[in-house]
Amino acid sequence: MADEKFVKDPDHPITLTDQDMDQAVTTYPFLVVDCWAEWCGPCKMLGPILENLAKKHSGAIVFAKLDVDKNPDTAKKFGIRSIPNLLVFKNGQKVGDIVGAMPEAKLIERINALKG
Amino acid sequence: MYDAIIIGGGPGGLTAGIYASRANMKVLLIRSAFKPSLITTTDLIENYPGFPEGIGGFELVERFTQQALRFGLEIVDDDLSSLTATVIDGHEVWQVKVPSGEFQALSVIISTGTEYAHLNVPGEAEFIGRGVSYCATCDGPFYRGGSLVVVGGGDTAIQEALYLTNFAAKVTVVHRRDRLRATAVLQDRAFANEKIAFAWNSVVEEIMGDSAVKAVRLGDVSDPLAGRTLDADGVFIFTGNVPNTEPFKGLVDMDQAGYITVDAQMKTSAQGLFACGDCTRKLLRQVVTACGDGATAAFAAYEYISELKGTSYGGFKA
Repeated sequence: MADEKFVKDPDHPITLTDQDMDQAVTTYPFLVVDCWAEWCGPCKMLGPILENLAKKHSGAIVFAKLDVDKNPDTAKKFGIRSIPNLLVFKNGQKVGDIVGAMPEAKLIERINALKG
Repeated sequence: MYDAIIIGGGPGGLTAGIYASRANMKVLLIRSAFKPSLITTTDLIENYPGFPEGIGGFELVERFTQQALRFGLEIVDDDLSSLTATVIDGHEVWQVKVPSGEFQALSVIISTGTEYAHLNVPGEAEFIGRGVSYCATCDGPFYRGGSLVVVGGGDTAIQEALYLTNFAAKVTVVHRRDRLRATAVLQDRAFANEKIAFAWNSVVEEIMGDSAVKAVRLGDVSDPLAGRTLDADGVFIFTGNVPNTEPFKGLVDMDQAGYITVDAQMKTSAQGLFACGDCTRKLLRQVVTACGDGATAAFAAYEYISELKGTSYGGFKA
């Protein structure tokens, strides 16, 4: 079931849970996980920006969303205390996080800097 | 060429957008994704007329946006790079640059609002996202059962302290004076709330921790030797605001704090430049007053443009 979810080169953000977070991190060489929640206004602003980036960068960067309210283990594991918070993973390792909403151009600049 | 470009997507800018687009002006609104309107982070607005049960800040701004879009307002999500006066075909116009492009307009309405002031104490910048926060609705739920510090004594600080008691076991309000500035109804609620404690005449001098915030060091404003350390899982800072007016310095008159000076028609000192909402010099910065300013600014811009063009658009539909 989880395998079906982890398609190659998705062109939209995939939805992760506490259960399949680890698998996603090992499956995709460069993964950006948007930790968000329903009650966070700035998170909602970031939503369409990530949809856009996922389409534009399909094949190079995989974008995912994780609802921290429903998935408290991941939030705890990565010490998340502020959202929106983008966790960035490269080859299975966390290489950084990006806190706060920002424009698309700025966001992709930050992500690319971590991508190297 | 736009009739008007509105800079800012908060209540002031969106109301100007509703009025201007409904008056058939060709109008563009530039909305920052980097600094979303502060009101979108407010959990509950109880004093905006028409919503007897109150309404969330994000939802209210969303409603303003939908209303403006209905009248044909164009919105670009980008951040202002520069605003300059230029002359095209013998007409003085305003040139608005953003990273994704540039636009010209006969008039510009500045509605860039304010942002939260920082404390500028050691530990503050280091612990942003790891215990230091400026948004209770975003981050409050991460502190279930925790001990929190709220810095400030105004409406926002007290409202957010009350909101944080939904999650935290204890909230200590640190305020530099011996009484609150917040409105009476909020004060009454805060004093009646068993989870809220007060550290009067106190300032945060340092935020301390390891991988996350663990404590704050408090100073006593009346006694330099009477500092103490208070354990805290998080520090929420609401010590006032600073206007987002840096790009307009030198273009328009401002007061010493950087708030733009406007007249009753929302005209600034520069021809064709109008300003409205929290970024202007005014007595009361509220959603309802920003909306009023926004409507006035749109009408004043309409009159200005009608005069420039020598014709009316068939009537401003107020």
